[in-house]
Amino acid sequence: MSTIAKDTHHDHEHKPTGLKRWFFSTNHKDIGTLYLIFALTMFFVGGAMAMIIRAELFQPGLQFVDPQFYNSMVTIHALVMIFGAVMPAGVGLANWMIPLMIGAPDMALPRMNNMSFWILPFAFALLLSTIFMQGGGPAGGWTMYPPLVLQTGDAFPFLIFAVHFLGVSSIMGAINIIATVFNMRAPGMSLMQMPLFVWTWVITSFLLIASLPVLAGAVTMLLTDKYFGTSFFSAAGGGDPVLFQHIFWFFGHPEVYILALPAFGIVSSIIPTFSRKPLFGYASMVYATASIAILSFFVWAHHMFTVGLPIKGELFFMYATMLIAVPTGVKVFNWMATMWKGSMTFETPMLFAVAFVILFTIGGFSGLMLGITPVDFQYHDTYFVVAHFHYVLLTGAVFALMAAVYYWLPKWTGHMYDERLGKIHFWLSAISANVLFFPQHFLGLAGMPRRIPDYNIQFADFNMISSIGGFAYGLTQLLFIYIVIKCALGGKKAKSVSWEGARGLEWTVPSPAPFHTFETPPKIRKEMLENG
Amino acid sequence: MASQEVYYVPDGSKWPIIATLALFTSFLGGAVWFNGGDIGKFILLIGLAAVTYMFYGWFKDVIKESLAGKYSKQVDVSFRMGMGWFILSEVMFFAAFFGALYYAREFSIPWLSGEGQGGHNGTHEFLWPAFQAAWPMNVMPDPSRYTQYTNVIPAFGIPALNTALLLSSGVTVTLAHWALQKNNRKSLCTWLAATVLLGIIFVGFQAYEYVHAHQALDLTLKGGIYGSTFYMLTGFHGFHVTMGALMLAVILYRSVKGHFSKKDHFAFEAVAWYWHFVDVVWLGLFIFVYWI
Repeated sequence: MSTIAKDTHHDHEHKPTGLKRWFFSTNHKDIGTLYLIFALTMFFVGGAMAMIIRAELFQPGLQFVDPQFYNSMVTIHALVMIFGAVMPAGVGLANWMIPLMIGAPDMALPRMNNMSFWILPFAFALLLSTIFMQGGGPAGGWTMYPPLVLQTGDAFPFLIFAVHFLGVSSIMGAINIIATVFNMRAPGMSLMQMPLFVWTWVITSFLLIASLPVLAGAVTMLLTDKYFGTSFFSAAGGGDPVLFQHIFWFFGHPEVYILALPAFGIVSSIIPTFSRKPLFGYASMVYATASIAILSFFVWAHHMFTVGLPIKGELFFMYATMLIAVPTGVKVFNWMATMWKGSMTFETPMLFAVAFVILFTIGGFSGLMLGITPVDFQYHDTYFVVAHFHYVLLTGAVFALMAAVYYWLPKWTGHMYDERLGKIHFWLSAISANVLFFPQHFLGLAGMPRRIPDYNIQFADFNMISSIGGFAYGLTQLLFIYIVIKCALGGKKAKSVSWEGARGLEWTVPSPAPFHTFETPPKIRKEMLENG
Repeated sequence: MASQEVYYVPDGSKWPIIATLALFTSFLGGAVWFNGGDIGKFILLIGLAAVTYMFYGWFKDVIKESLAGKYSKQVDVSFRMGMGWFILSEVMFFAAFFGALYYAREFSIPWLSGEGQGGHNGTHEFLWPAFQAAWPMNVMPDPSRYTQYTNVIPAFGIPALNTALLLSSGVTVTLAHWALQKNNRKSLCTWLAATVLLGIIFVGFQAYEYVHAHQALDLTLKGGIYGSTFYMLTGFHGFHVTMGALMLAVILYRSVKGHFSKKDHFAFEAVAWYWHFVDVVWLGLFIFVYWI
């Protein structure tokens, strides 16, 4: 018997079984697994919608779907990928890894943790059911701008309540992570000794707590505008539709970093491992992350340069946006300096991490272009924007999440994944993602608008190339499922330190990590720390 | 950072999944109702009843565990952090509505009356050239779509009285806390009861004000941006005061039962923080919604 204090008399190593284990769980590993499986499922749901979009855009003209349905696919694809795939995957990793990385027995508030997961499937039941309703799913874009979104049919209140519900889940998850990191660290682990992944998640949690309630407020005003006759977003009553955009993007820009910062943290764990060198400039990484987070609350109107802001506003938001390039540059520099003269090997996690650094930087540069006000007047609402945010979100955030799965799969399952298949998955993904999104830069520069199912014949070639890349990327991800399942079922036994250069508390526990870990606080020695 | 030798991890619980189902039912009911389905009302009622039951059951379990002495100092700190950050998220929720109020007064109304854009404001010139900026905005840009109101609630009437009430309730809850720290249960219960009473009187006045605004002044949610921001801000605040008063009443009941000790009274403090939070939000409301 260990000394962990438990409610019940039976041996604690006896796992709860059956449905109770999953529905009543207070175990961070089980809840983390649920989050990750849910995220992967939604990645395919959102991916299927992307396939419909790319199939329709394969050729000019209307082939498969009507414009209303097409637009609902664009809208729901975004909501599913952001709130259903990338965010839950990040929270799932946080659940699994943060307690292991800081030597805690579990999350600080384990029951709330369970609730914040279980909300997700129910919230998405509300959202996805709208596809089958009268008037179809929400089709005004994930940004829900009024007055267009107010024309949504029966789907409207379902959309609003799904957003509320998801917000509740994320806020609870964020509070839990903050309490865990500030209250549950093993004695002797100072804040500046935490792995960068933990740091990025704490900062992300602050962003979540400060920004999601604002979104909740915004959609509440949409609801009352539609059903109770308020005029927040109606100029006829003294309001302004642009007001919604301000409030939405006050949430929306921090949200972008909510998706990206955990990815930064993942990559900051993986690159040192496979470079066999400690992370370069650890402290500057922490400060850069915090700076990005703080700046993210002062740049929102760069999403709205073309709505007719006063010129002072345009200039302020342009310069503030440029400023973000500085801490981001610090990060990219530090990743490269970490690799510099390292004894590098290129296992699948490292491949994804290096690809992240390169491709995220491309997305960062196109973001810089979009952040320049006069230039944005040309790019706004074109495929250039679509290319930009897919570089930062797919080859950025999603690649980092893939890297994380490969990196920690041995710790989760106790088996090594099939390295050869992993490498094939990486190369097919990296090539197809670029075939998919790179031509969209050219389409956007040439003037092809977003969110429209048909296009001028001059855009035909690049769209066809992009669609081929899209189908290839989609198919490739089936290989990912196969690799993960194969690894869960068996394979070469993983050592507790699964990678030669790996450091950090998570590698001091056996692989697979037992149901309960760190039931008593571990004694921290400097060489155990990732950033000792 | 806690330094105890043993960690506490609670057992599995059925309440999180019940809470999720209860909220899901409520949202589903609300959505069906908004779409004109009368069955939605019943689904919503069932959902809200389940939410109430869940709060009762979940807290009952936690109180039982707490009284059994299962919670360590570390658990207490986690709870404190949880409550503190939850209150911050509430602050940000109100910030969205205060932001809307600020934007309407500083930007949208002046622009609609033709300010800005070098004097060539298309919306003003072509749509509503007669519109002139005013706050409270008693003539709408398009009067046919929104209700005209005769007047608004003056700040130095019931709202000023309500300010005094809420500020006093902040004092009484602090006096209750001091009594608790001196282990004086009788004084604790008295001051808590006074706080609850002040909260109830506040809500009562607010309700009276709403009836007056609706019936005598024709000020409704449909009263343009003034009516929208007025009711949204005061309405959500009133809801929070109601919740806070309910929470205080539960704490009063638990104080009578002797659940709290000098050292161990997180629940009391959490509710007191919440109460101070609604107090501060009210000051913002009094100044920005009623007064200036």
